[in-house]
Amino acid sequence: MKLNGAQILWECLVREGVDTVFGITGGQIMPVYHELVNYPIRHITVRHEQGAAHAADGYARASGKVGVCMATSGPGATNLVTGIATAQMDSSPIVAITGQVPGSVLGTDAFQEVDITGIVMPITKHVYLVTDPSEVAQAVKEAFHIARSGRPGAVLIDITKDAQVSETEFVYPNEVDLPGYKPHLQGNERQVRQAAEMIERAKRPLIIAGRGVLAAQAEGQLGALAETAQIPVVTTLLGKSVLAETHPLCLGMGGMHGEVASNMAMQKADLIIGVGTRFDDRLTSAAHTFAPSASVIHIDIDPAEIGKRVRVDMPIVGDARNVLNKLIPLVSPASHPEWLAEIEEWRNDSRVRDILWQETDELIPQYVVRNIWELTKGQAIMVSDVGQNQMWEAQYYLHQKPSGLITSGGLGTMGFALPAAMGAQLACPQDLVWAVAGDGGFQMTCHELATIVQEKLPIKIAILNNGYLGMVRQWQEMFFQRNYVGTPILGPDFAKLAEAYGVPGVSVKNKEDVSAVVAEAMATDGPFLIDFQIEREHNVFPMVPSGQPINEMIRRPLPTD
Amino acid sequence: MSALPLNNSYSRRTLVALMEDKPGALSHVVNLFRRRNYNIESLTVGHSETPDISRMTVVVYANDAVVEQMAKQLYKLVNVVKVSEITDDCSVSRELALLKVHATSSNRAEIKQLVDIFRAQIIDVSHESMTIEITGTEDKVDSLLNMLKPFGVKELARTGRLAMARGMVTVSGSR
Repeated sequence: MKLNGAQILWECLVREGVDTVFGITGGQIMPVYHELVNYPIRHITVRHEQGAAHAADGYARASGKVGVCMATSGPGATNLVTGIATAQMDSSPIVAITGQVPGSVLGTDAFQEVDITGIVMPITKHVYLVTDPSEVAQAVKEAFHIARSGRPGAVLIDITKDAQVSETEFVYPNEVDLPGYKPHLQGNERQVRQAAEMIERAKRPLIIAGRGVLAAQAEGQLGALAETAQIPVVTTLLGKSVLAETHPLCLGMGGMHGEVASNMAMQKADLIIGVGTRFDDRLTSAAHTFAPSASVIHIDIDPAEIGKRVRVDMPIVGDARNVLNKLIPLVSPASHPEWLAEIEEWRNDSRVRDILWQETDELIPQYVVRNIWELTKGQAIMVSDVGQNQMWEAQYYLHQKPSGLITSGGLGTMGFALPAAMGAQLACPQDLVWAVAGDGGFQMTCHELATIVQEKLPIKIAILNNGYLGMVRQWQEMFFQRNYVGTPILGPDFAKLAEAYGVPGVSVKNKEDVSAVVAEAMATDGPFLIDFQIEREHNVFPMVPSGQPINEMIRRPLPTD
Repeated sequence: MSALPLNNSYSRRTLVALMEDKPGALSHVVNLFRRRNYNIESLTVGHSETPDISRMTVVVYANDAVVEQMAKQLYKLVNVVKVSEITDDCSVSRELALLKVHATSSNRAEIKQLVDIFRAQIIDVSHESMTIEITGTEDKVDSLLNMLKPFGVKELARTGRLAMARGMVTVSGSR
């Protein structure tokens, strides 16, 4: 059957299981948009292409499917860049499709022409420049395969306008043949056996679980390993919710703003089993100071991450689920009562010092997050932004369901929360989705409120508003003699802003109003925005300053200090 | 408890990568080297024994850890099919260089003598210059270059190292 490139594109997207696409149209992609009406795919027009990329990312993380975003050439394409890098850094599978000027004028600095394939090459798994309709099907098939397999990531397909309008015979390839791309998924049996022996011998074992466990849908296996051998589990930020966070073996997040018990445990462990984590610097601080007493087993699907930052004694390349399935039968039930008791002491110390126990009338952000946690029973999909708000969500929202947290960990992109929440809500229409952001990050993408209303997405939005770029202000307070340059920021009356877009909005200034307003938000059909005007100069603790070992944390000063 | 100790000292290391002969394949590689800040001494690419597969030889100044990461990162590129490190002791390596030397009737004979000693070739002569072609290890090329410097080297073009393992071993692994 003869079809043009644009039609072939949609035919392929349907065959790849795509039902939702986020984007903004424009000159060099109009032929693609023209054909959309003939296909069973919902297109969400956003207000900035960065929002389209973040929405595709949020959709991918919430659904486990490949997220798709679309933009025109030139500025449309370049506006996707931040979102593509965000997805790539967190190994989230997205395919970005951009229009491009006709092949005959490529390279002549034509109107809205930009070398997008060159620009995104370092921040994608692969890129495709399609200049002929006969190349479209192969490019799409390969792009989706690459995006979702192995270590997931971002792929970009750039299609020239003439390729979109010219016709060719449509043939959908049955297979992909990529001799240079063959991910190893199984895990080496001998290495798995040796790892089991190491686990047997360990007196103070510890699991560090990252997003790879969630991507592999291996939460059950991870729980089984932890419970069988009674091994406590630390998670990375993106690994939160691999276990229900109220599980006795779950120590919570480790790293720069992690729990004291998690950090102490990592430094005192004699065996660390890293699963689906890349031991990045937010977790380990300076690599040479990390886990001085531990042997390290590293289970990861990307061989390049093994040994990249941390010396590894037992590497196992494979998909977390496959490897854990092989490992669990070889691990005998065990217990480590002294080790767990030592850890429990650290945890008790933290509980006693927790700011929530301190009597205060101030509206503090931790109270807000804890309140939302209680009212949602830990079951909501939380989409957090970046900075202090992200850390408070990480510390005070104890997720009960896997993949309950969507946040920009690797790139740390402010403005991520609102558009990513759109993607998550569309992926999981029956779930309750909360977006949590600071006033700084929220202002970067707040225009997507229009999209939320147009698409009728019932997202609940909590702004932790302190009138600052909070995390940077904290660093200025602690390390730059309170020289608050560039951090005080004026924002709008967010409740009025929301109302202007057609979203009910409420400002909360007092602690005693928090519960009622959160309950009102949840009882309202449709989106709802709450501007929590929190205590302005409030800090995230504990904190590991750059370069320090993670057991040397700055702790919250006690009221008696 | 500890893994095999890595050689931490920096030296010239040779990597050979086989890549699909597709547009953009080379940019992916060069982009990778740039953003990971690898210290590349030379890079040469051309066809290989397999149709549609190019062979790239890179000389990088690195230690064991860097070379291991570099090979793994190269493997992540979709267009790269195989990566091998070629070590000095079990391989042959050659480089080609063209040198244009300042040469007049007064010193032409002396230069020719040097060329013969190195088993190089004179491929162009003019009133004021002579162009010499030499193939050999980098050391041999460096040596000739050194001997010719006093005469005045007007132009020098080097391909960078090409290397191949000795015996039956091939980078692609086929027999």
